[in-house]
Amino acid sequence: MTTPLLSVRGVKTFYGRVMALKGVDLDVSEGEIVTLIGANGAGKSTLMMTVCGNPRAREGSIAFAGRDITHLPTHEIARLKLAQAPEGRRIFSRMTVLENLQMGATTAEPAEFERDLDRVLALFPRLKQRIGQRGGTLSGGEQQMLAIARALMARPRLLLLDEPSLGLAPMIVRQIFDAIRALNKQDGLTVFLVEQNAYHALKLAHRGYVMVNGLITLSGTGSELLERPEIKSAYLEGGRA
Amino acid sequence: MAAEGQRVDIARALRDAGVTALIAFGLFLPLIGFQTVTDIRNDLILTTRWPLLFAITAIVGAGRLAYSFGFEPWLNQRALRPVQAAPSAWRSFVGKWFVPFAIGFVIVYPVIVIALNGFGGSVKWIDNFGIQILIYVMLGWGLNIVVGLAGLLDLGYVAFYAVGAYSYALLAKTFGFSFWILLPMAGTLASFWGILLGFPVLRLRGDYLAIVTLAFGEIIRIVIINWVDLTGGYAGISGIPRPTFFGIPFNANEDGFAAVFGLEFSPLYRTVFLYYLILALALLTAFVTVRLRRLPVGRAWEALREDEIACRSLGINTTNTKLTAFAMGAMFAGFAGSFFAARQGFISPESFTFLESATILSIVVLGGMGSQIGVAIAAIVMIGGTEIMRELDFLKQIFGPTFDPTQYRMLLFGFAMVLIMIWRPRGLIATRAPSVFLKERKSISVDLVKEGHG
Ligand SMILES: Nc1ncnc2c1ncn2[C@@H]1O[C@H](COP(=O)(O)OP(=O)(O)O)[C@@H](O)[C@H]1O
Ligand SMILES: [Mg+2]
Repeated sequence: MTTPLLSVRGVKTFYGRVMALKGVDLDVSEGEIVTLIGANGAGKSTLMMTVCGNPRAREGSIAFAGRDITHLPTHEIARLKLAQAPEGRRIFSRMTVLENLQMGATTAEPAEFERDLDRVLALFPRLKQRIGQRGGTLSGGEQQMLAIARALMARPRLLLLDEPSLGLAPMIVRQIFDAIRALNKQDGLTVFLVEQNAYHALKLAHRGYVMVNGLITLSGTGSELLERPEIKSAYLEGGRA
Repeated sequence: MAAEGQRVDIARALRDAGVTALIAFGLFLPLIGFQTVTDIRNDLILTTRWPLLFAITAIVGAGRLAYSFGFEPWLNQRALRPVQAAPSAWRSFVGKWFVPFAIGFVIVYPVIVIALNGFGGSVKWIDNFGIQILIYVMLGWGLNIVVGLAGLLDLGYVAFYAVGAYSYALLAKTFGFSFWILLPMAGTLASFWGILLGFPVLRLRGDYLAIVTLAFGEIIRIVIINWVDLTGGYAGISGIPRPTFFGIPFNANEDGFAAVFGLEFSPLYRTVFLYYLILALALLTAFVTVRLRRLPVGRAWEALREDEIACRSLGINTTNTKLTAFAMGAMFAGFAGSFFAARQGFISPESFTFLESATILSIVVLGGMGSQIGVAIAAIVMIGGTEIMRELDFLKQIFGPTFDPTQYRMLLFGFAMVLIMIWRPRGLIATRAPSVFLKERKSISVDLVKEGHG
C-alpha cells in the first residue's frame, strides 16, 4: 500500500469563531474499515462533513485518491466516488424508496442502474418489500438502511457512515454492521465509520481513531484499542450492549 | 366511546360567538357603520348605516356559532379518523379515468358551447371562461415547476409573463415576425431573465427568496412603466398583430379565414382558434413537466425541495438545478405572455401587477404544491369563480343597482383560501405521485437514470 485513499492533514474547521476541529490527521487506505469514535460533540460529524466540503477546512488539506479535494465543491467531491450516509440519514421523505435509490445513482453509470439496484436490495431485503413506500414512512432502521443503500448506488470508492447505529435496536444494528462487513469482505469497499457505539465499531474495524474535543488522541488497530484501559473506562464500560 | 368528548360545550360556544360578534362590531363600526357621501352640492357628509352594521355583526356571530356546532366537531372527528391505508375502488377508478376524461372534455368544450348557445352567444363562454382559465392553468403549471417541484418560493412570477408579452408585442410590431416565430423567442427571452434572476438568489431560500423575487417582479413592472420610449409606459402597446391561422388572418377580408374556407365571417373563429392554441400550450406545459419529473433533472428538483444538503452530497449541482427550474418556469410564463399579448392585441403594465403573481401562487398553493391536477382545479375554481361573479346580475335586484359582485372577489378569495387551508392544509391534492414504480423496472430506460448535470 502506497498512498492512502483518503488522507486528512492538519485540518482545522470553524463554526463562526469556534474551532471544532483543531488540527486533525487521519488516513484511510484502500480496502480498510476505519472507525472514528468519540463522545458526543467531539467533532466526529464535523470531520466527516469537512471531508465532503461542507463546512470547509480553514487550514490543512484533504486528499482523496491522490487528488487535493480541500477546495472542491461538495457535488464534485461526490462525483469522485466518495459517498456518505450522513448524520440524521437525510433521506428524501416524500420520495419513495426507489426514487431515493435513483437519487443515489446520480453519479453512477446509467447502464449499471439495474444491477446496482439488485445488489443493494439483496443486501437489504427489507427495502425490497418497501420499494414503493415513501421514505418518511419507513422505520428508523429501514431509513438507515435506505441511507446506506442510497450511498452505495453511487458505487463509491469510499463510503462514509455517520453513526448508523444511532437510535436503533441491537438486532437492527447487528444487521447493518453485518452488511458493512460483507461489503468490505466481498466487494473490497473502503469504509470510514463514525460511531459512538465504540465496542461494535472497534470489533468491526481494522483500525480506529479516538477523537476528543476536536483532536485525535489515540489510534491503533481495532483490537489494540479495545484493550486500552482509557478506552475501556471512557467508552466501553456499560456500553457493551 | 368518545361521545363525552365530542359533545359541544354550549356555554363556550355562546361565549366564543359573543366575542367574535364584538370583534366584528368594533372592526366594522368605522368600516361599515359610517359612510361618507357627496350630496348635491358636492359636499362630503357623514351618514350612518346602523341596520347594515347590526346585520353583519349578527351574521358573523351566527357564523361563529355554526362553526362551533357544525364545523368544529366535524374537524375533530376528521382528526381522529385513521388514515386510510388502501385507496377505495372508487378512488382508484377516478384516479385512472379523471385525466383522460378531463382532457377529452376540454377538447370538445367549444363544440358543446356552440351547440348550446349558438354562434352569437358562445364567444363569452369560450373566451372569458375557456381561454381565461386556460391561461391561468398554464401559468399555474409553469409556476408549479418552480414552487411546487423545486420548492423555490417565487413571488415575482408575473415578471416573466410580462417579459413574454412585451417581447411578442415589440418584436411583432417592430419586425413583423409571425406569432409562431416569436413564441419560442419570447419563451427564450423569459427563461433568460429567469436565469438572470436565478443567479443572485441562488443562496436564498424560503422567505428571503420570496422577498427578492417579489422585488424583481416590481422592478420589471416599474421599468416597463418608465421606459416610455420602448414600452409606451402606462399607455401600453396597442395594435399588436394577432396570430394567424398559419398565415391566414382572422378577418372579414377576401383572404381572411372565413373567406378562404368558404364560411360566413364570424369573430368566433378566432376565439375558437385561440382556445385551441392556449389549450395546446397548456398541455405542452403539463406534458413537459410530467416527462421532466421522470428525468434526473426533474427528480433533482423534487429532491432539492426536500433536502439541499443531501442533494449536494449525492453529487447534484444544486446551482444548475435551481437555475433550470427558474428557466423552465419562466419559459412557460413567456409562452403564456406572448399568447396573452396576441390574444388581447393590447398590453399595459396594469396586467402585470403583484396581484397577478399572488393569484398564480395561490392557484399553486391551493391546488397542492406539485400536483398538476390540483393546480388545474384551483385555476378553474379561482378564475372561473371571478368570471361567474360578473354574471351574477340578479344580485343587483337584491342589493341595489350599484352593487358590483366582482368587487367582492378578493373577499371571497380570502374566504375560500381560509376554508381550504382548514380543510386541506396542504392543498387540494397533497399526495405526491411517485415518478417510477418497480414493476416498470424492466422498462426504465437508460435515459431515465442518467446523471443529472442539473
Ligand atoms: N452547524 C453548527 N454550527 C455551530 N456549531 C456546530 C455546528 N455543528 C456542530 N457544531 C459544534 O461543533 C462541535 C462538534 O460537533 P459534531 O461534529 O456534531 O460532534 P459529534 O458528531 O462528534 O457528536 C460541537 O461542539 C457542536 O456544538
Ligand atoms: Mg455527530
